[in-house]
Amino acid sequence: MLKPNVYKGKLIIVEGIDGSGKSTQIDLLYRWLRSLGKSVYFSEWNSSALVKSTTRLGKKKHILTPTTFSLIHATDFADRWENHILPLLKAGVIVLADRYAFTAFGRDVARGVDPQWVRNLYSFALQPDIAFYFRVPMDVSVDRILSSRAKIKYYESGKDLGLSDDKVVSFRLFQQSICDEYENMIDEFNLTVIDGTLPIHLQQQEVRDIAQEILQGMPTVHAGEGGKL
Amino acid sequence: MKDVVFYGAGFPYAPVKELPGRLIVLEGTDGVGRSTQTQLLMEWIQEEGFGVLDTALARSKLTQAGLDNAKSGNTLGSLTMSLFYATDFADRLENQIIPALKAGFHLLSDRYFYSIIARNVVRGADPTWARKVYGFALKPDIVFYLKADVQSILARVVDRGFDYWESGMDIRCADNLYDSFCIYQSRLIEQYDKMAEEFGFITIDATRSAEEVFQDIRGHVHKLIYED
Repeated sequence: MLKPNVYKGKLIIVEGIDGSGKSTQIDLLYRWLRSLGKSVYFSEWNSSALVKSTTRLGKKKHILTPTTFSLIHATDFADRWENHILPLLKAGVIVLADRYAFTAFGRDVARGVDPQWVRNLYSFALQPDIAFYFRVPMDVSVDRILSSRAKIKYYESGKDLGLSDDKVVSFRLFQQSICDEYENMIDEFNLTVIDGTLPIHLQQQEVRDIAQEILQGMPTVHAGEGGKL
Repeated sequence: MKDVVFYGAGFPYAPVKELPGRLIVLEGTDGVGRSTQTQLLMEWIQEEGFGVLDTALARSKLTQAGLDNAKSGNTLGSLTMSLFYATDFADRLENQIIPALKAGFHLLSDRYFYSIIARNVVRGADPTWARKVYGFALKPDIVFYLKADVQSILARVVDRGFDYWESGMDIRCADNLYDSFCIYQSRLIEQYDKMAEEFGFITIDATRSAEEVFQDIRGHVHKLIYED
């Protein structure tokens, strides 16, 4: 349970395993909201300028444990929370986040940290007004990743867990356990499930229809670009 | 062999069965003589013929550069600082402290997570949240709380001048270093006093001479490392 958002701004986040299509969808949502003339801010997982160099060092040298992996990502989130997300919600902005605390709850628990412990780490975060979960079968997402990218990274594949010496096998096993964690979170955190195997524009239509419901009363702050789909 | 106890879930993915070394912690605010006592204790334990290693806050290879850099800017928020220090602490616990104890070394920790909690709470963190962050922390065998009042620690820190962080200037307790130091340090001491009972610290009067303080500490440590 996260505390409800009591501020003027709205918080919309997307979740899903790698290759679920969530980044494509939030990017399209961002463009649409801009075109409607709304004030929108976008925040991406693992992007704090203050923390980035430490995370990079840990990943490059393979010196992160499940606990420090979890803590450094929570530090990154806290920095974005304190400096961007929370002040902007207070200011009445629509904040979009590509991945949120639920990524940590899924991934870090799949890595073996205590579920309650990692939930406490992020308990300062607010429950999003909408939390989209893009559900795709693990095989579909893994195939998307393998066909579009040259290399899967060490931690991304869960190689640190010693699940398999084969990176792709390890990646599949790791992604599957993250999928299982997401499924468990649907009720716990009121995630809105979107079928990530549908054509992109059909998913986006659903995303916009749902987002539309919470936009009532959100001011239009600039001219916008026409609101075309 | 005594049981290995964690404050919460510990490291579920890497269970620790036994730790032959003892974990000895010296806690207390700035200027109470922790580093002097750590040094004296280190030498004495070695004279007794035991292996001993030490650690202190912000010495992790993972976070040192990043944390120093963050502290030199002006955007480091209090939650972020809390979690950055927790990352440092976890890295040292998993990569220095536990391996040393496993190998039979005694370990002296100049401050433990209690100091971090005190700083977090003084900066507005929820006390329960801050404690739960350290559910992975190993329970030390003994924790000494070097206790002194603000006037006594002032006498020791003035020689080196007031430090920005030791004076709590990031939260501006007052408009000048001296007043901010006094307010900030007394708030910290309040937190240590609360934790003394909660975590079972052995409170040591640190307003006395280094020799007298050491006599006390050595007595307790002697008992600890020679008991079965």
